Amino acid sequence: MSALSLSQWQFAITTVYHFLFVPLTLGTVWLVVGFQTAWYRTGNVKYLKLTKFFGKLFLINFAMGVVTGIVQEFQFGMNWSQYSRFVGDVFGAPLAMEALLAFFLESTFLGLWIFGWDKLPKRLHLSMIYLAAFGSMVSAYFILAANAFMQHPVGFEVDPETGRAVLNNIGEVLFQNTAMIAFFHTLAASFLVSGAGVAGVSAWMMFKNRQVDVFRASAKTGAWVVLISAVLVSISGDMDMKIMVQQQPMKVAAAEALYTTQENAPFSVLSVGDLSGDQATNIIEIPGLLSWLATGTWDGPDSTVQGINDLQAEYAQKYPQYAAETNFTPYVPITYWGFRLMIGLGMLAALYALWALFALRGGRVPRSRFFAFSSAVIVLFPLVGISAGWIFTEIGRQPWVVFGQQLTADGVSPLLSSAQVWISMIGFTLLYLVLAIIEVKLILKAVKAGAPEDPVLDPHGDAEKAADKQLYFAY
Amino acid sequence: MDLDVLQTIWFILIAVLWTGYFVLDGFDLGVGMLLPFLGKDEAKKRVMINTIGPVWDGNEVWLLTAGGATFAAFPLWYATMFSGFYLALFLVLVGLILRGVAFEYRGKGHTDAWRRRWDWAIAIGSALPALLLGVAFGNVVSGTPIEPLAGSAPDLAGQLNFTGNLFTLLNPFSIVVGLMTLTVFLTHGAIFLALKTKGDMHAVAKSAAIKLGIVAAVMAVAALLWFQAYSGHVAVTLPLALIAAVAWLVALFLVLKDRDGWAFFFSAVTIGLAVATLFAGLFPNVMVSSTDAAYNLTIHNASSQHYTLTVMTIVALVMTPIVLLYQGWTYWVFRKRISTSMIPPQVSAPAPEPMANAAG
Ligand code: HDD
Ligand code: HEM
Ligand code: HEM
Repeated sequence: MSALSLSQWQFAITTVYHFLFVPLTLGTVWLVVGFQTAWYRTGNVKYLKLTKFFGKLFLINFAMGVVTGIVQEFQFGMNWSQYSRFVGDVFGAPLAMEALLAFFLESTFLGLWIFGWDKLPKRLHLSMIYLAAFGSMVSAYFILAANAFMQHPVGFEVDPETGRAVLNNIGEVLFQNTAMIAFFHTLAASFLVSGAGVAGVSAWMMFKNRQVDVFRASAKTGAWVVLISAVLVSISGDMDMKIMVQQQPMKVAAAEALYTTQENAPFSVLSVGDLSGDQATNIIEIPGLLSWLATGTWDGPDSTVQGINDLQAEYAQKYPQYAAETNFTPYVPITYWGFRLMIGLGMLAALYALWALFALRGGRVPRSRFFAFSSAVIVLFPLVGISAGWIFTEIGRQPWVVFGQQLTADGVSPLLSSAQVWISMIGFTLLYLVLAIIEVKLILKAVKAGAPEDPVLDPHGDAEKAADKQLYFAY
Repeated sequence: MDLDVLQTIWFILIAVLWTGYFVLDGFDLGVGMLLPFLGKDEAKKRVMINTIGPVWDGNEVWLLTAGGATFAAFPLWYATMFSGFYLALFLVLVGLILRGVAFEYRGKGHTDAWRRRWDWAIAIGSALPALLLGVAFGNVVSGTPIEPLAGSAPDLAGQLNFTGNLFTLLNPFSIVVGLMTLTVFLTHGAIFLALKTKGDMHAVAKSAAIKLGIVAAVMAVAALLWFQAYSGHVAVTLPLALIAAVAWLVALFLVLKDRDGWAFFFSAVTIGLAVATLFAGLFPNVMVSSTDAAYNLTIHNASSQHYTLTVMTIVALVMTPIVLLYQGWTYWVFRKRISTSMIPPQVSAPAPEPMANAAG
């Protein structure tokens, strides 16, 4: 394999892996914030137990998010040096800002939260987790703004002499609608993932008859979070679709395997065949729905959605600098199925949330084996869904690394040998596999251990009194 | 402001970020490497880990920021160095991954074998960056084969690229620089331990700091004097190197006298001066080409343009003091020395048997 394909594989493996932990972090930290705030407000020890229990799961997960994130930061230069040369002037800025504004905030205040229970007064200690949670949102915003630039480059011009992109409007890069909608959509989806996680774990604990009153509360919270996020994810996904059809029409066409330009374009729910466009393959389709999603109208000239074949011809004309046989179409099976998995699995989780709320109505405690095992499986659906969404987004941008500006093939480090990338790719993959096994084991172990039976009720602030007192928390 | 001025400011800011990284993560890399050697029993090991527990992650962000700032301010430097030093950086990443998860996961198992494995993950994971980042810096300042690319990609032909391989990087001078960072961080870590602990841990850390400090002094003097052969500004870098050496001796003397706080301060000053020496000798280059001086990457040919540098200057000048303030506050909150008697029993006792299963 060429260094290019290997680098693509390595980037895909490491980013998808990083993004398994990121959405869980982004959402769960706010649920922990919620539990600790509830404890602070009501003094009800139930909420302290939930804070500790989900806080521990959160930290096991966070550690993996951090170490896999560092790899991302370095990879642009290591594997994609021509890309870095081309966009560094623009793309480097949000990355540096992310580190300065977000990573410091997140890591510093999380350290204070973990180790600070007996060092800080109650209220101040609570604000530490607020700051860490805020930091993780800021981090997501900057990285999504950087990614949005790759999807829809704005705020720059290409210097004809050096061939490099030059930033001329940072506000446009940071606040273009592509970035804001991606943030809205990704954050909502992250809450969906975390809400399902909390609900699923809590359902399992009730089934095991462990601290039922405690976990009943969190099951309910989780289910509501899933429901509300499902609505927000749909609203933002719809907005996303409407800008995507203007900014990256090829991606919309690829998401639908729509080969010919059409008015009143149907949405295919399921299909068979190889999606190559040679034969009609849709087995279930909803007339006009794609037009409506993409343009807001069902029928008439305004509802036109461009097809792959026309776009391919259009791009071949528009970008004469590339060889005539350049393929501007992404790999359709992945975009098509990625899009469906994203929506389908997310929406299944919403149905599950309804079921859970029904099972929990009026003080009931669901203990059936069927409900518990369904919960254990369904918690994973949104996580697969959110990965599928990103895989769709990134594959749908191909063959471009910066849409309309640079092909992925031109972004790779020119002197990198396949041998080098083989070494790093195998190295990362094996390391990540081992870590995944350990992480899952630790999560299961922490779940099995349950919430602390009687947590120290008020660890706060008495540290000053006894100099040699045991630390409240230590690694 | 003139582009020249902005480029110089960013050269200095990047030196400052590396100083921040080496001073801060330097000591927790050091403590990590010392773990299997000074942590004679479980209680001592946990004291060591808990001296750095609350801060290591925040310290590591200085490295991410240095990387991100290089990308934003000198993209061609970032691109050439990171793609050129590919396998070395891969090993640095492996180290950082191992040690990052190890801190969090070590205490969550309950067998000795589990903990011993993570101890080594911490030690090796700390040693790899401590050594290899020094080697990388040695190569940046002394020069590596860098040449323009024969045209291939449509717009970006002629870019300067590293044309050596992993073995090019392993030259004697760079290895000496690597050994300097390795031993200096070991000492810096031992001094930090002395500062943060009391009881028998304190005594162990103190004697380690003195012994390691003497080895580090030899390595540092060798590296910094040898560097004068490559330095573009000997009149500045020679005095800086000499002051660094003096500061180091002061630090070791203060350790002997049990003035731990001041000893740590002087060890930090030494690290800052060593970074300053290397960067001052490098200026205005950012990567020296051993092929031809015409192919040097400099602050002028590797930088971003005026607008980006202006935006980033504002962000950096506003944010860096704020970050320093709250990180400083963290050190204040966790200022107490700790001892083996203060470590609580391990939280993750074996899981209780689940109660009767009502549904089953
Ligand atoms: C489980 C999570 C989840 C769920 C239920 C949905 N999405 Fe989504 N979607 C994501 C998780 C996600 C994501 C992983 O977070 C992506 C990848 C990039 C992004 O910004 O968000 C995404 C991207 C993404 C894009 C591509 C944006 C681009 O490439 O520019 C579109 C058009 C939609 N979504 C549309 C929808 C619609 C119409 C949905 C349902 C009604 C929907 N999504 C549900
Ligand atoms: C977090 C969710 C993300 C996922 C799951 C994801 C996934 C992927 C995948 C699968 C590829 C490989 C495409 C191919 O094989 O050709 C890729 C490529 C890439 N992505 Fe992403 N990505 C994510 C976010 C980002 C973000 C936020 C950025 C930028 C800040 C980014 C930048 C890139 C780059 C530079 C490449 C390499 C060039 C390429 O192959 O297209 N990705 N990503
Ligand atoms: C949509 C895509 C992404 C989002 C929303 C995101 C968000 C986050 C968040 C919330 C964290 C905190 C730790 C955790 O994950 O638990 C994190 C860690 C990190 N991410 Fe990502 N990330 C994304 C993709 C990337 C990419 C493409 C890069 C590469 C530049 C990156 C770089 C990092 C780094 C360096 C860390 C470690 C920070 C630390 O030490 O605290 N991330 N990311």
